[in-house]
This record gives sequence, structure tokens and C-alpha cells, in this order.
Amino acid sequence: MPEPQTAEPLLQVRDLKMYFPVTDGMLVQRTIAHVKAVDGISFDIMPGETLGLVGESGCGKSTTGRCILQLEKPTAGQILYHGADLNRMGRAELAAMRRKIQVIFQDPFSSLNPRMKIGDIIGEPLAVHGIEPNSADRAKRIAELLTVCGLSPKMADRYPHEMSGGQRQRVGIARALSMKPEFIICDEAVSALDVSIQAQVINLLEDLREEFDLTYLFIAHDLSVVRHLCHRVAVMYLGKIVELAPCDELFDNPLHPYTQALLNAVPVPDPTIEAGRKHHLVKGEVPSPMNPPSGCVFHPRCPVAVENCSGPVPELREMRPGHWVACGEVS
Amino acid sequence: MGAKTSAAINDPFLGGDISLASLLEIADLQVQFFTSEGIVRAVDGISYTVDAGETVAIVGESGSGKSVSALSILRLIPDPPGRIMGGKIIFDGQDLLGLDEEGIRKVRGRDIGMVFQEPMTSLNPVLSIGRQLTETLEQHLGTNREDSQTRAVELLGLVGISEPQRRLRQYPHHLSGGMRQRVMIAMSLACNPKLIIADEPTTALDVTIQAQILELMKDLTRRLGVALIIITHNLGVVARYADRVNVMYAGRIVESGVSADIYHRPRHPYTRGLLKSVPRLDQPRGERLIPIVGHPPDMTQLGAGCAFLPRCPYAVDRCQHERPDLELVDDGHSSACWQRDELDKGAAA
Repeated sequence: MPEPQTAEPLLQVRDLKMYFPVTDGMLVQRTIAHVKAVDGISFDIMPGETLGLVGESGCGKSTTGRCILQLEKPTAGQILYHGADLNRMGRAELAAMRRKIQVIFQDPFSSLNPRMKIGDIIGEPLAVHGIEPNSADRAKRIAELLTVCGLSPKMADRYPHEMSGGQRQRVGIARALSMKPEFIICDEAVSALDVSIQAQVINLLEDLREEFDLTYLFIAHDLSVVRHLCHRVAVMYLGKIVELAPCDELFDNPLHPYTQALLNAVPVPDPTIEAGRKHHLVKGEVPSPMNPPSGCVFHPRCPVAVENCSGPVPELREMRPGHWVACGEVS
Repeated sequence: MGAKTSAAINDPFLGGDISLASLLEIADLQVQFFTSEGIVRAVDGISYTVDAGETVAIVGESGSGKSVSALSILRLIPDPPGRIMGGKIIFDGQDLLGLDEEGIRKVRGRDIGMVFQEPMTSLNPVLSIGRQLTETLEQHLGTNREDSQTRAVELLGLVGISEPQRRLRQYPHHLSGGMRQRVMIAMSLACNPKLIIADEPTTALDVTIQAQILELMKDLTRRLGVALIIITHNLGVVARYADRVNVMYAGRIVESGVSADIYHRPRHPYTRGLLKSVPRLDQPRGERLIPIVGHPPDMTQLGAGCAFLPRCPYAVDRCQHERPDLELVDDGHSSACWQRDELDKGAAA
């Protein structure tokens, strides 16, 4: 296994495709089409880096996360973790790798078993992976994890329904941390939380990143949260990455028309600024991923589209250092 | 009602002339839920007004009572467990709480339209779009089949749905989330209402679609002179679309005023905390967010003092024993906080 040096990416995703079959027929199921949820995307994540993956519902951002977690078997492409392809690993090898890669889900209500005590929820992975086989050690570790996540160790005896949404999300984070992971996929991890609680959890994620040298893939639709937390950001639309750039570069100088539209659509919490802002609404709706438009998938809604945009699919081009854009009209 | 009426008179929004001109006037509204955990005062004595044609936002977090307060206007609170315990809701000169079931049915959907968060669950899945629109017209206005058909086509055009003739024959599941919300808006506008209540109308939608729907609602309400109550947790949406804002916390309005005052000179610690805790795209990337500490209160266990006290950085002794009422701090700007004047000193936010 290659050395995890700073110059080596922790995770490399290469030409990842995830097509879901659409079937018809009651007894004999025929595949009549494919939903191209993820259609050939590539990116790297460096150790200690937080990569944001943004886009609207159905753009494939969560499916990408699920492929990395091996919760979906990708149609094509490679997912290299420390240089080893997760798609080709055997069960035992994958089980070991799973400890390194953890996930925090959006909905803390449905991702915690309502009939288990908080202590057991956090302790279960410790027992399953044989990390703390002794129950006294395990209890100590559970108390430690709860404290790290800003909860009282006494919470171990409670059930999920006795906690608020914010506290439940902290339990989800504690469970992810119990495996001492290197890499955490945060799939809309703060989206379901109220504004005042969301800020607490964002700060916690930042603290943990610092303390445990964590690498995050931060999947979210809220652009202001992504901007706050991430080092680099990839924007997805209809299964493709349309723009990828360092965070400040992307938000200060968005080049793809879709990124520009997305940023323009976010209202700013300041009535004076809003009164003076021009709003360029992007027309129409996201087309079906079963039957995506030819050429650039954004061209039917694009304000600057030209005839050529329905022709060849635009490739990601590096327009500035580290700033990649898939649009033929950007120069 | 004796004691409660006197509380209502102190309310800044109920001074003589203003209430006469208002389209909607809510005074000391109390809604309680009787649960196994105890009584929840979901709405605990709120008063506000909405003038004809204006957009008023109600902002707050989950459980603050913002939706319950709005659903109460049309008496849509499920009873049991909920019950409107007191107060007045005067709409266009008539007290909605005094109407019988038949009376309130005539107001719902005719004088007051509703747009809900999840259009899939608020549209009838087994009726065509056209039927749902014409039914409203036939029920409320007694329009004949042909005229209501014409009006339905007109309404779909109004909300920006292309090929309205074809769409009328379609069913809700044929449409995308954004399209369904457009249909909801068309339905709410069908009988030329004076007021539309929109409960988190864009929360389930993507940001580019959210922008389309909100622009549409703003444009239509302005053009047709319809007043709008918009319930949301999104401070950006409020800033862009609302004339006035009511901030709710634990069943009460804690701050109320025109948008500019609320955002630039917040006079309640909760409003301040909310504004500071959101990351903003228009400002340089901050080092760290300043969250509101703690978590929302257990609504069955509210004490005599201010409900925000355990989370408040400005609290003084008095806050433990006495609950502050909403009082004017400035022209049209009120706050329910004992420290409301202190907060003004370090204000320039």
C-alpha cells in the first residue's frame, strides 16, 4: 500500500458511473432504460482536505457518496482509497477499509435505531469490529466519545426519542468517530437541523477535523454552509461535475453558468442587499436523468447557450490553476 | 376573557386607527395541545396585524408555533389534540373564531388561500389538476363548468405553466415538485382571495426552483394586491420578500418590525443570535460561526420567566421571574426582552 504522504490523494474517484436500470413488465422484467445518476465523474481528495459536493436533488451527489461507501456497486469506474480500488476488494479487506471510512447521514431521526440506548448505538460498532471487546473498556470509550461530541456521558442511558434533533446528530457523529476513521462522508449532515443548532454542529465538525486530522467529503445543497466548511468544491448537475475549484475561487469567480445561477438564486439574509440585487432566474427545471439532453446537460436552461452546446459533451478544462470548468463558452 | 383583553390593549399593534385599516388582526391568540407529556402552549398569546397587500413573514425554528399560529387562522388545528383556547382573529371585519363550521368553510380557499410545504400531500392524487381547480371555483363561486374551465386555463397561465390545456388533464404525479407548487398557487388564487397563507412554500424545493416560485408569488401578490403571510425558517427568504417580520420563539412573538429594523437593529437576543449563526455568501469567509448555545425549550416545562433565558447571553435576574411582553422600542418595532434598550447600545450589527 502506498505511503499516505501529503502529496498522495487519500481518495481518487476515476470516471465513476452509476446507472440504475428502469424495468418494465410484471413477470418478465425487462430493462427499458437507465437512470444515469452518476455519469463519469472524477475527483481527488487529499488527506486533511474537505471537499464539498453541491448540487440540486437528483444531481447524483448522494449516489456518489454511496458508491464510495460501497453501498452501491458502481456500473463503471474506480474508487481508489490510498491507491487501492475499493470496487475490487474482497470482503475481509473491505471490512477493514470500512472502519476507515465512516458516514454521517442527514436525518438523525431515521438513522438511529429507536429501540437502542445511545450507549449501545455508539458501542455496537466497537463490539462488531472487536475494537473494545471488554464491556467496561467499551463504556469508557463511549463516555469519551459522547464528551468529545459535546454530550454528557449520562446520555448513554437515554433513547433517541428523548433527545433533540441536534443532540441526535451529535450521537450520529460520535458513532462515526468510534471507529477512529480517517475519512468521513457527511451526507447533508446539517441540513435537517434548525439554524441555531446547525451552527453548533458545523463548529463541532470543524473542531473534530482539527483534532483527529479528518478528511471530509461534505455533500450538501446549502451553498453558504459548503463555503464555510470546505477547502474545495465540486458542483454537480445531472450526474456530471460541471465545475471544480478551490472554495474561495469558486464563490468569488464562478465560471460555469449553472454555478452562477445557483449562487444567484440564494437569498442573502440582508433586506438592503436583497433590495438592490438583480435576480437572473434560471428558466425551466432539471430534465430527467433517464433521458438527459445531448451535449452539455445544462444547455436547455443555460442563458448563454449556443448551437454547439447540444453537440459534443464539454470536457472539464483547467481555466485557472485548480479551477476546472465543463463549459465550451468559458474562455 | 377579562384579564386577557387588558393584555391585548397593551399590544403595540392594536392601537385604534391601525386595527381599523388592517385586513387581518390577531389578538392574544392562544392555542394549546393536550399531549401525554402535558399541556403544550404552542401559541401563547400572540397578536399581530396584516394590512391589505402586504407581505408579513413569520420566522422561527421547529416547534416555535409559527405553523400552528397560521393554521389557526383558518381553524385547521386538529382537535384533539389541539384547541384554540382564546383570542380573536378578525379578518375583513368578521371574527373567524366565532364562525360555525359552514361559515369557516366559506372563508377557506375563497377569501383566504393556502399554500403548503409539500404540494404532493396537499393535492388530491386521484383528481386531475383541472378538476381540482374547477371544483374550487364551482364550490365557492358557483361558476358553471364552462366558465370555470376557462378560468382554470387562465390561472395556470398566470402561474407560468405552459400548455395549460394539456396540463388540466394531468394528475399531480405527472408533475415535478416545482410544477405542483405552481398548481397550489393557482388554486390559492382561484377565487381572488384577499390573503394567502404560505407555510414553508419552498422548503421542499431546490434552490433554483425556490427562486422561481418565490418570485412568482411576490409578483402575483403585488400585481393582484393580495396580502401574504409567509411562514419560513429561512432568513434569506424573509430578507428578500417580506415587508414586515414576526420572530417567534416558544409560542410567542419575541420581536416584530419592518425587515430593515429586524436585520440591521435587532432588539431581541434570539433574533441577534439567529442572524449571527448563519454563514453568509455576501460576507468574507468567517473564522467561526457564533451559534446560539443550548437547545430549544421543552414546551411542556416552560416556567414563569423568559423562555429564551437558558440560552441568552444578555440575561439579568429579572428574566427568571417575569416574562417580558412585546413592547415598542421604536416606530413599528417591538421586542419582548427586558434588555431591549441595552441591546440598542451595541447595536450596529
